[in-house]
Amino acid sequence: MKEDDKFKEEVNLDKLSDDENIILDAMGLNGSSRRKFLKQVSTASLGIYASSFFTSELFASTMKDLPENTTALLNEIKVNLRVNEMVKPLTLDSRTSLLDALRERLGLTGTKKGCDHGQCGACTVIIDGKRNLSCLTLAATCEGKEITTVEGLAKNSEMHPMQQAFLKHDGFQCGYCTPGQICSAIALLEEAKNGEASYVTEDLKTIKSGLTLSEEEIRERMSGNICRCGAYNNIVQAFKEVHSGDNEMPTWEFATQEQMNKAKNA
Amino acid sequence: MRPFKYTGAQNKDQALQAFTATSHYLGGGTNLVDLMKEDVERPDQLIDINNLDYKKITSNDKGGLTLGAMLSNSETANHPEVRTNYPLLSMAMLSAATAQIRNMASNGGNLLQRTRCPYFFEVSMPCNKREPGSGCGALNGMNALHAIFGYSDSCIATNPSDMCVALAAIGATVEVQQTDGSSRMIVFTDLHRLPGDRPEKDTTLMQGELITAIHLPKPEFSDHYYYLKIRERSSYAFALVSVAAGLQVKSGVITKVGLAMGGVAHIPWKLTKAEGFLAGKKPTSENFKAAAALEMKDAKPFEANTYKVEMGKNAIVRALTQAYEREV
Repeated sequence: MKEDDKFKEEVNLDKLSDDENIILDAMGLNGSSRRKFLKQVSTASLGIYASSFFTSELFASTMKDLPENTTALLNEIKVNLRVNEMVKPLTLDSRTSLLDALRERLGLTGTKKGCDHGQCGACTVIIDGKRNLSCLTLAATCEGKEITTVEGLAKNSEMHPMQQAFLKHDGFQCGYCTPGQICSAIALLEEAKNGEASYVTEDLKTIKSGLTLSEEEIRERMSGNICRCGAYNNIVQAFKEVHSGDNEMPTWEFATQEQMNKAKNA
Repeated sequence: MRPFKYTGAQNKDQALQAFTATSHYLGGGTNLVDLMKEDVERPDQLIDINNLDYKKITSNDKGGLTLGAMLSNSETANHPEVRTNYPLLSMAMLSAATAQIRNMASNGGNLLQRTRCPYFFEVSMPCNKREPGSGCGALNGMNALHAIFGYSDSCIATNPSDMCVALAAIGATVEVQQTDGSSRMIVFTDLHRLPGDRPEKDTTLMQGELITAIHLPKPEFSDHYYYLKIRERSSYAFALVSVAAGLQVKSGVITKVGLAMGGVAHIPWKLTKAEGFLAGKKPTSENFKAAAALEMKDAKPFEANTYKVEMGKNAIVRALTQAYEREV
């Protein structure tokens, strides 16, 4: 078999769309260089695919599976990202959002990309103690900042009380908004402690710390985290439990095997 | 997003020197980065001004406060002096966006927010603001969210800011640095401009000018204030109509009025007629209604936003009533 045919069988150049061919033409990749490029791309894609099989609590051990630092970028910036108490020097395209840097370069895929336009809150992370949207934050602006993502909340393999409360009160269905909800809720605990006000705070002029937030206050202050499944009631309950420190039981409970059997036979 | 050069400025001189005609200063980025993703804003260079030392709130020689341009919206709204002396400003700022966005957004950036007109955001649509000469899609299109005052055939978009509505009511001054190193003061109501035939220009700022501070006058509305924001959902939405109302009442007579409206014009809309009418009068519901009617009779709505006239009238009366009846 001629080398060309062998390659065609592997990559199937005929299957490239017109657009893909235009892009490759524009890159000046013709003939053998195009083939070489496509081979590398498919190898790289496989590498990224394979990396999803490695899971770990810390990103350090997954780093080796991620792509090497790309060099010769058009608008290259260098930034030391301090995430979950670890510092990682990165070379990035200036356009890279913090969200993409976390997910694509540090393997921290706990932080989710929802709308990517600052409308849903799924990408919420805590920067220097404040909740922020990582999709609208350029990674280039994060030098020297302390970033905490959902992966950094557990301490010594024990979940943060807010994570435990979300589980206990079933504060989610699909779970996609959950990392953002939890980061947002944890930052809100601090805001309440500091006595920060919201639009529904009755009296702005009297300032006191250690606020006890009503449900109305919690809903207003958590409005930046959209939950498509509508788990809002349970999210509020989860927040209230950690906020008040009371060990409240949910108003529902998981059925026992006995109850299940009874229901089936009824 | 198109490629751009990122320049981190450590002080104002570096920022001003780096400026070119195709640059943008980068503050919180909550509006700019989004617009770059939408391909609406296409700067060649972003000059990061987040490290500039304009992050303080200080007393000024007018007996008021000066707000640093690079302080975040949440730090400003929650500053004890702002909450105590300018609760109208705090309330308006806290009604805006979400906790996350308020943590990121800077005061200077808030003043320069661009419109939320859907035709401005959608690059396949005509928009004179985005693409001068391409036409106004909203004029004969979907204009339920658009202006009822001060628009032109070129543009009927509205200014989205809540903070700016309160600043128009309070009466602020904006300090800017020019590229030649000098600085100038702009009366707040002169900062934003009506669209006319140049809707691409939102403000009277000259190229490269950098907002460094917002000066507030002596506090006048710390007792009677209200920011009413009417929107399509109760939180995290832009105003259909909003009203910032501040009153000073002495011996049952109104001695000072600050009134401005959001969601109705290309600029934060100062209600000068209503202010003039109410000064020296009693804070009664008849007077509030008469002031609102006087202001709204000049409104020229479009097919889909006629509701804003009646809503605006009621919003003015309600904001004034809430402000007056607030327990001191």
